[in-house]
Amino acid sequence: MKVLKIDKKDWAGGIQKAHKAYRLYGPVQVKDKGFSEFQALGPDAMPDMTATDTRLSPKSIAFPPQEVMMVFTTDENSELCNQMQVPQKDYAPRAIIGIRPYDAAAFLLVKKNFDTPEYRDPYWCDAYEACTFIGLAVNTPSALDFSTSTKSGPFDENGLDVLLVDTGNHYLAKILTDKGAAFAKSAAWETEAGAAGEKQIAELKASAEKQIRATVAFDNIQRQSIMSLYEADFWEEVAFACINCGTCTYVCPTCWCFDIQDETHAKCGKRMKTWDSCMYPLFTIHTTGHNPRGTKVQRVRQRFMHKLKYFLDKYEDGIMCVGCGRCIRSCPVNIDIRKVCDIMNSYSAGADTCALKK
Amino acid sequence: MQNPYLPYPVRIDQIITETEDKNLKTFKFVFLNPQDEAKYAYKAGQFGELSIPGKGEIPIGIASSPVEKGFVMFTVNKAGLVTNHLHNMKVGDVMGIRGPLGNWYPWEKLEGKNILIVGGGFAFTTLRSSIVYMLDPANRSKFGTIDVVYGARSPGMLLYKQELIEWEKRDDINMHITVDRTDDPDWKYNVGFVPPITEQKAPQGDENTYAIVCGPPIMIKFTQPVLEKLGYAHDHIIMSLENRMKCGFGMCGRCNIGKEFVCKDGPVFTLDQINMTPREY
Ligand SMILES: Cc1cc2nc3c(=O)[nH]c(=O)nc-3n(C[C@H](O)[C@H](O)[C@H](O)COP(=O)(O)OP(=O)(O)OC[C@H]3O[C@@H](n4cnc5c(N)ncnc54)[C@H](O)[C@@H]3O)c2cc1C
Ligand code: SF4
Ligand code: SF4
Ligand code: FES
Repeated sequence: MKVLKIDKKDWAGGIQKAHKAYRLYGPVQVKDKGFSEFQALGPDAMPDMTATDTRLSPKSIAFPPQEVMMVFTTDENSELCNQMQVPQKDYAPRAIIGIRPYDAAAFLLVKKNFDTPEYRDPYWCDAYEACTFIGLAVNTPSALDFSTSTKSGPFDENGLDVLLVDTGNHYLAKILTDKGAAFAKSAAWETEAGAAGEKQIAELKASAEKQIRATVAFDNIQRQSIMSLYEADFWEEVAFACINCGTCTYVCPTCWCFDIQDETHAKCGKRMKTWDSCMYPLFTIHTTGHNPRGTKVQRVRQRFMHKLKYFLDKYEDGIMCVGCGRCIRSCPVNIDIRKVCDIMNSYSAGADTCALKK
Repeated sequence: MQNPYLPYPVRIDQIITETEDKNLKTFKFVFLNPQDEAKYAYKAGQFGELSIPGKGEIPIGIASSPVEKGFVMFTVNKAGLVTNHLHNMKVGDVMGIRGPLGNWYPWEKLEGKNILIVGGGFAFTTLRSSIVYMLDPANRSKFGTIDVVYGARSPGMLLYKQELIEWEKRDDINMHITVDRTDDPDWKYNVGFVPPITEQKAPQGDENTYAIVCGPPIMIKFTQPVLEKLGYAHDHIIMSLENRMKCGFGMCGRCNIGKEFVCKDGPVFTLDQINMTPREY
């Protein structure tokens, strides 16, 4: 695949050109907050390519916290009374500039949920298909990054159309797909970097990967049965400090659970798809009051079992985590998925874990 | 692929109050667009989402049978927001239905087998769909004996009373209707809870006999040991589970038991399968 070289002096000009063909998204510093978020960029705005990580993942570009799925009227004089209509949506091409490789990998995991052989969620899929992913390699991974243990990594190309690598004065742009080539053309990126470019990328990649110290393993989780992990004796301890705030699920690029809610004003209404979280008791409560995951321990277990076991068994294609580290950074009580993964992976049913602790 | 969240518009064609406490009503719907009926082709055991704009959606088992044409029918217990609103709607009102959703009783595997149906309370809906399906002249010869144990609190709480009486008269289905208690001196059928009546009346389990069980948790709990005693293996006991649902096709994430979604991989599971998943229902 072709590697192009973009002088940083020309960067802004290229983005301005791309604005004409794409709706651009990118990281933006949130004023006075000390963190950045992915946002739609206005005509003159530039993505903040220095942002180390965004607080929330960019999943909202295809999966907004609240999205109108359908609209309706309850006016009995209308011919369409009580009949749901899908509103016109804008799926013109969008490009996400500066998305990190782990976040792009997360889109591929979430796709497994929303794009299945039997059912297709048109809201997520249409938005996803409209996207071109212009990734930015992570030269200096954070201490929380464990993406090399998942199906990703700081320079991973999975799910990207272009991989940008910051080399100081230049960006190297590795064009990975036709979509990526089309974007490069619209930004007038033309200068080929040749073999030297490839070599530089390989060096920076090796250096970045070496900096990642945190690892997780799930080989033993894979061998254990669902029931033995589910019934293991460590869940009380894992869940002990959790306050069920749900932050971990909102910041996570791979969490996709949602609710469906109707809102009406006078006789006009809309049916919304909204973010939900397995951390909340209302997620599963029955109308009778019975709740299959009524306790905190059950809900914490659900989150980790889903990510690290159910998903692994269901798709046989890795865990439902890309190792971005956001949930670790944001958790108010320092619950660390790497430690939980370790506990699960070291567990063996029947072993006397109590005796070990003594 | 069509938008799976978008309900088919339907009109309420008939409303039948089923029980003496008036908490259960059967709603017959016809499709506003006749071509939607073919898209709604279903099998006994599946469910649909009844969709009331402004109120929400609820998963309800399909009570009509694939052999009944021109309408779909659901029997709804008044329980909360959406069900209360539905109970106040009238014939002619328009609303939506989605589906058919979920899997069905394993009819392919059940062909040639004896069937025992055990139902309690208002969970009889998809069992009614199944019985009507099996008794259809085109289908009856595909099955061996059919036994039905169906119980309710009192005679006035039984669903589909007219049909129960007709089935009682037939000799190709063995009905064992029971009520918890009654002071009606003319009551001709059983008195007692479903599990003991099952123990007395149900056929022995064997390789060629399957039990389909639907009912409140307490009934299921006490029926399971009875069926085991009668010789039903766990892969011959078929159950339909319920969980809180939203999407109904495995995407919103709330209804799982382990890696299975009750809405998409179920609601029908064998006891054998349930034994291998966390019982989070
Ligand atoms: C597969 C299946 C088959 C079923 N078959 C039948 C049947 O044949 N007959 C029958 O009577 N019942 C059946 N049920 C049960 C039926 O679905 C429930 O009784 C019904 O959903 C209750 O809805 P409600 O609106 O009356 O209750 P509510 O508890 O008031 O729920 C109202 C709506 O809002 C949602 N909701 C409620 N509280 C909250 C909250 N705090 N936050 C967000 N959302 C909320 C609910 O999910 C629902 O969509 C079945 C259930 C399943 C899973
Ligand atoms: S962020 Fe931490 S405290 Fe909050 S729900 Fe997640 S694990 Fe629990
Ligand atoms: S579980 Fe945590 S580390 Fe893994 S992808 Fe989600 S937020 Fe990132
Ligand atoms: S109801 Fe949404 S996943 Fe089952």
